[in-house]
Amino acid sequence: MRRALALLPVALFVLVLAGFMVGLRRDPAILPSMLIGKPLPAFALAPLRPGEPGFASAELTGEPVLLNVFASWCGPCKEEHPVLLRLKAEGVKIAGLDWKEDAADGARWLAANGDPYVRAGNDASGRTGIDLGVSGVPETFVLDRRGRVRYRQVGAITPEVWSRTIAPLMAKLEAES
Amino acid sequence: MAAEVGQFALILAFVLAVVQAGATLWGAQRGEPVLMALGRAAAVLQGGFVILAFACLAASYVACDFSVALVAQHSNSQQPLAYRFAATWGSHEGSMLLWVLILAIYGAGVSLFGGTLRETLQARVLGVQGLIGVAFLGFLIFTSNPFLRLSLAPLEGTELNPLLQDPGLVSHPPLLYLGYVGFSVAFAFAVAALLEGRVDAAWARWVRPWVLAAWVPLTAGITLGSLWAYYELGWGGWWFWDPVENASLMPWLLGTALLHSALVLERRGALVSWTILLAILTFSLSLVGTFLVRSGILTSVHAFAVDPRRGIYILGIIAVTTGAALGLYAWRAPSLRTGALFAPLSREGGITLNNLFLVALAATVFLGTFSPVFIELVGSDKISVGPPYYARTFAPLAIPLLALVVFGPMLNWKRDAAAAVLRRVRIPAGVAAAAVLVGLVTVGWKGVVSAAALGLAAWLVAGALAIPARRWWAGRANLRRSIRTTPPAVLGLSLAHAGLGLLLLGVTGVTAWHSDKVLTMRPGDSTVFAGRTITLESVGLADGPNYQARQARFDITGRGGPYTLVAERRAYATSQTTEAAIHVTPLGNLYISGGDEADGGVVVRLWDHPLVVWIWIGGFVMAFGGLVSLCDRRLRLGVAARAPRPALVPAPAE
Repeated sequence: MRRALALLPVALFVLVLAGFMVGLRRDPAILPSMLIGKPLPAFALAPLRPGEPGFASAELTGEPVLLNVFASWCGPCKEEHPVLLRLKAEGVKIAGLDWKEDAADGARWLAANGDPYVRAGNDASGRTGIDLGVSGVPETFVLDRRGRVRYRQVGAITPEVWSRTIAPLMAKLEAES
Repeated sequence: MAAEVGQFALILAFVLAVVQAGATLWGAQRGEPVLMALGRAAAVLQGGFVILAFACLAASYVACDFSVALVAQHSNSQQPLAYRFAATWGSHEGSMLLWVLILAIYGAGVSLFGGTLRETLQARVLGVQGLIGVAFLGFLIFTSNPFLRLSLAPLEGTELNPLLQDPGLVSHPPLLYLGYVGFSVAFAFAVAALLEGRVDAAWARWVRPWVLAAWVPLTAGITLGSLWAYYELGWGGWWFWDPVENASLMPWLLGTALLHSALVLERRGALVSWTILLAILTFSLSLVGTFLVRSGILTSVHAFAVDPRRGIYILGIIAVTTGAALGLYAWRAPSLRTGALFAPLSREGGITLNNLFLVALAATVFLGTFSPVFIELVGSDKISVGPPYYARTFAPLAIPLLALVVFGPMLNWKRDAAAAVLRRVRIPAGVAAAAVLVGLVTVGWKGVVSAAALGLAAWLVAGALAIPARRWWAGRANLRRSIRTTPPAVLGLSLAHAGLGLLLLGVTGVTAWHSDKVLTMRPGDSTVFAGRTITLESVGLADGPNYQARQARFDITGRGGPYTLVAERRAYATSQTTEAAIHVTPLGNLYISGGDEADGGVVVRLWDHPLVVWIWIGGFVMAFGGLVSLCDRRLRLGVAARAPRPALVPAPAE
């Protein structure tokens, strides 16, 4: 009994070591979302732009769409913004989630910099962001026509990210019935 | 020139480490005093040469010798002198050299001050230390040479990461490494005891001060790291459960368990094989921490430039050191003598419970840190583990442990009676109840959890103060004498436990009552936040020695005011840092970070952090308690029978 117990630490250690050995080959920088393949968590947000009704997750079905999480206080969002405006011009549907700020600040920012969003909501408390697993802004979710998350982009959508990753995926989603 | 001398010193140290390990282990096996003396001398010399190598690297940094690749990559002539010097350990290679430096100094220490140990035990301890030295000096020389020259020396170097150009860099890594590497001595003692097949009173008397000598700087280092992250990273958190923070917390938790179990072994001769196992595991977790930072197995804000080849080398070191030690343990531990018996309700029983909780806490952190790796092995899921995991696992284990802390020092050795113990804690219990009441009156029923946490903090502090107070009360007939004769160990214990209470006070305050706000402000704008009115007075530019700063100046009126705070956004040549403006008071901090331009104003983030400063005060008080206790131990070691060994008389050649 005593002998078996004394063997336990070394046995556990061998297991951990094997885990580390294999684990060295993985790339920890890849950050997919827990939501991939799952429907978007339901939300019903306050409107962002004055005079609009609120914005609910149920509206994001029917056709492939991007859900872009942004805020006026976020530096990289400013860099991403021209890309989003160009995508809007190309006919890509983008919904906006204004994260952790007053709706007035977000709306003023859109008025000044251009508004790429077909629908937009304000998440002042950051609660919906938590449900979505947002780790920072900007972040973008690619949704298929049934409203399921198919891809998560952490950080800004650069022209490269768009042409290399998201555009092909959008084309595929368009083709899906 | 310095780089070549350093390189040569490092190679000599490597050879000396081989000699040290071989001579001591072989000498102890054969009972050869001459070989063992040779090993002891090699340990001291190895220490000398590693110090020389380190001094050479530091000199290259200070003198801006950019022909040394490492210096060119991590320093430039614009950097202030203190950061040019501290940059010595600001890189992977340099910090590894610091690691080896501390290891060699500890080894030389065991050699110089271990004269009262049984000679074979001292030799075997030095042998194990020597083997660790061989492994890490080899790692440094063969995979991470800090003295590589560039064939074309650049005129100017790439500056050190601006986040590291901070007083924190000067003291945080050395303290942390003093702790990590310090546990190698306890590890060497454990392996030596297994090799010897016996654990005696002298062993126990020796291990505890060495554990304490590692625990004190580790505690201070972790506290300092938390403080540094708080003010430098600009988002006002004090602990992020980042893999690298966890890497320092795990050895701390096990080291704390070891500190307590070694006490039982020293006083009562019990928990023998358990203490040995803890000593092995504590240092192994220090090694795992080194692996984690340098292998790239997990992402972390702290990680060095990673290289899988280095990861494999360190993993090899872990496999050999820990694997051999645990194998030896499986073989020898069952035949070690079992300790004295004790009743469940006794000081020994209390410390056993403390150990179970601390080990469970360390296991929780270990699982949380490495589950992203392990889960990916069994499935394809990527997971990340964050604060919610620790709130659900770490806190429920830590709270009962904290509640039990007060009982430990109140218990008698061997056996005790429940009624008597409860009587001894009635005053701390009264203080705790009063604190809960005050908390409830202040925050109402909704804050019942935080009021309870306040009570727990008060319970810890009052319970800790009660330890010397009880002693003085018993000797009140001659109070002055009874205060004067209180052993430092008792005061150290009291301070360390009180520090834990202060830490909990800070954690409770900032967790339960913090608030924050983000907004864009233009000069002249005001906002009301946490009982204060904050006005952005002006935004301007200022020059630092090697950066340009955009300064936002705030006038604060209301709670604690009026005063002025300046938050900076610094642009260095390579990147930017945020220097938060913090107004510190015992009751709470106002933390402002900002300076990013947006919409004709600046983005301002405001945090109110009630009581947060007590987190670090608590940490430092704990470390200070350990230091006080260490003074006591050293005196006792000095008093311990110092029967000098018969000097080695060189025999004339025949």
